[in-house]
Amino acid sequence: MLLNRIRSQFAQVPLLGWLFGALIAVAVEYLVGSPLAQVLGLAGIPALFGFEIMLKKPLLIPSAILYVLAVYVLPAGAVAWLSSSLANWLATKFLSFPRWLSVVIHLGLLYAALHLWASLNDYRVLVVRLTLIAIMLTLSLNVVNGYMGEFSCSHPGFMALGAYAASVFTVAAFVQDDVFGPPLLPPVLGPFMFPVALIVGGLVAALAALLVAIPSFRTRGDYLAIISLAFMFIVKSLIENLEIVGGPRGFMNQPPWADLPTVFVWTVVCVAIIHNFVSSTLGKALCAIRDDETAAETMTVDTRRTKMVAFLFAAFWAGVAGGLFAHLMSYVNPGTFGVLKLSEVLAMVYLGGLNSVVGSIVGAVSLQLLMEALRPLEVLKWIIIPTLLILVMIFRPTGLIAFRELDIEKLLKPRQKPVEEVKYAVASD
Amino acid sequence: MTFFLQNLVNALQWGSFYALIALGYSMVYSILMLFNFAHGDIFMVGAYIGFFISTGLVVFSASGILPLPNWLILMLTIVFAMIATSFLGMIVERVAYRPLRDAPRASVAVTAMMVGIILETGNLALLGARRRNFPALIEMTTYKIGGVSVTNTRIMIVVLSVLLMLALHLFIRRTKWGMAIRAMAYDYVVVPLMGVSVNTITVLTFGIGSALAAAAGIFFGIAYPVLEPYMGILVGWKAFVAAILGGRGSVPGAALAGFLLGFIEIFVAAIFPSTLRDLIAYSIILIILTFRPHGFFGEAYSARLRL
Repeated sequence: MLLNRIRSQFAQVPLLGWLFGALIAVAVEYLVGSPLAQVLGLAGIPALFGFEIMLKKPLLIPSAILYVLAVYVLPAGAVAWLSSSLANWLATKFLSFPRWLSVVIHLGLLYAALHLWASLNDYRVLVVRLTLIAIMLTLSLNVVNGYMGEFSCSHPGFMALGAYAASVFTVAAFVQDDVFGPPLLPPVLGPFMFPVALIVGGLVAALAALLVAIPSFRTRGDYLAIISLAFMFIVKSLIENLEIVGGPRGFMNQPPWADLPTVFVWTVVCVAIIHNFVSSTLGKALCAIRDDETAAETMTVDTRRTKMVAFLFAAFWAGVAGGLFAHLMSYVNPGTFGVLKLSEVLAMVYLGGLNSVVGSIVGAVSLQLLMEALRPLEVLKWIIIPTLLILVMIFRPTGLIAFRELDIEKLLKPRQKPVEEVKYAVASD
Repeated sequence: MTFFLQNLVNALQWGSFYALIALGYSMVYSILMLFNFAHGDIFMVGAYIGFFISTGLVVFSASGILPLPNWLILMLTIVFAMIATSFLGMIVERVAYRPLRDAPRASVAVTAMMVGIILETGNLALLGARRRNFPALIEMTTYKIGGVSVTNTRIMIVVLSVLLMLALHLFIRRTKWGMAIRAMAYDYVVVPLMGVSVNTITVLTFGIGSALAAAAGIFFGIAYPVLEPYMGILVGWKAFVAAILGGRGSVPGAALAGFLLGFIEIFVAAIFPSTLRDLIAYSIILIILTFRPHGFFGEAYSARLRL
């Protein structure tokens, strides 16, 4: 009863209100986080919602929970609730704006909250950037494994190609390096050429994807799985044998250009383009192929071409994600892009849900955060996470949020409903 | 010529590991259309079970209650480890795969991957990161035949592997159970209507596949006596490639492809720098699959039939 009351109250808060709440909550942490942590007996501001503290020192669990409640839950909830009428009013106003403008405003607020939250701790910046890159990877793999309904194993390979191509580009052009010599271009141009480097990385990955696509889409069946797997091992082995990029020792000296705003913007662009791709005619054709290839073909879908385009498209984004990853770490080595990375990305796709942009985001974020949060458990982490995933697979075989599209209109619209409607909603619960 | 023969002998041994593991992959794949990515780790667990049984038997034999000759210990180890590991395979099928029988195949493949990670990490958590040395049960003797050196363990491994494969082939071809397996691979929908139990056949397939993987694990332990929890990953993935290369559900195909993979790897490593091994081996496989997409003995089929 009480829960229903609370839920119906919060059902009226639009996305804008929640963003205000998040912003205030991180502002609270920014201002009073460290004294509060001291009062509660914590060593410092808990880096990731207090998970490490809870797992390492069970005695501090109450204070960690109190901290999370006082800093995140209460301010966010209170502000969201209090600002609900203001936010609804603003959201109604936004309806008259062009949609891209209101999307930009929402994203700006989201970024502000994220930036403020991450600025308190270097570890948080790293986790946020890794999570955003994981979102790009997961989403692009979902295009192949979800929307197209094939099983591709080559994503780590595309990521590696993108990472190395982009790194070679930036290192040769802008860095004094032992192998590639003095910079070819003035360093001032650097940050402006970074997008070009990433696109070059993506294009190299897409070109290599052609090697997989040509043999595997000639016939139906599981050939993509096996050919893409072989391709992943070939890429890894190829890089290990290329002495010019360091071979098995890895390749370093990439300029650290993948900072938080850059990664955020690229992720947003990636999500937007992939969302548009899957809701385009081509994306619909892709879903038709997944459901029934023969029927799709009789309905004038050029199945081979559609599959190839989608596969190359996915490989491109994996390459871009790889380029960002290389410039985030300033170091890559071929060992990173192996079977372990493959299981990680596949787990994110299938945990989040097939055929869903939202699902991929949820899967990538939750798994990445889970992996970071359970770090103190060391070995046991890799028993708990797979067990959880198996349970998800058993109870929701297509993932948590499958076959659900991102509906921007619905997300941004005001939530204030007439009173009667709310009552009806409560009664039907 | 000596060079060729010497490498041929090495390749036969190396290929028999791949072939034995690939058979398990291939059988499960033919019936359930499932990529059982955990199979490489079942091979690893089989090697560990073999290690514990043989160490236990050596200690028991040395205690003087019932002295056993070493060859008997080895045979007992192989038999018991195969039985124990086949139970492990059946348990994995019951717990992780059966609830997902009607799920999309890719979800089951991801589940299998996770089962593999659990087996690796479980081993690491239970036994620690220390490497184990497989007890040397047979005195290593080297024979020189025309400049080619052959050890007795090598001969034993190849002979036993080929015998196991022949036994499996006869089982599949000549017995009623084998006929049920072949029928199930031919049509998953109609055959159960004819009174063949899906669950029994699936469990049987997992049991046989895991038992063969355990045999491969023990042979691996005899040939390279260092065991570690992650030894199954690379061998397992390569055996998976071999299974597909052989053709769906074909016992001779999987065996042949396993040996072929062994030959390619050993000869590439012998002629080129060994770092190029994976690169060249997989490129050759890619070329073969481009021209024979259904593998050596596979027939065209549609995966959609099973969904």
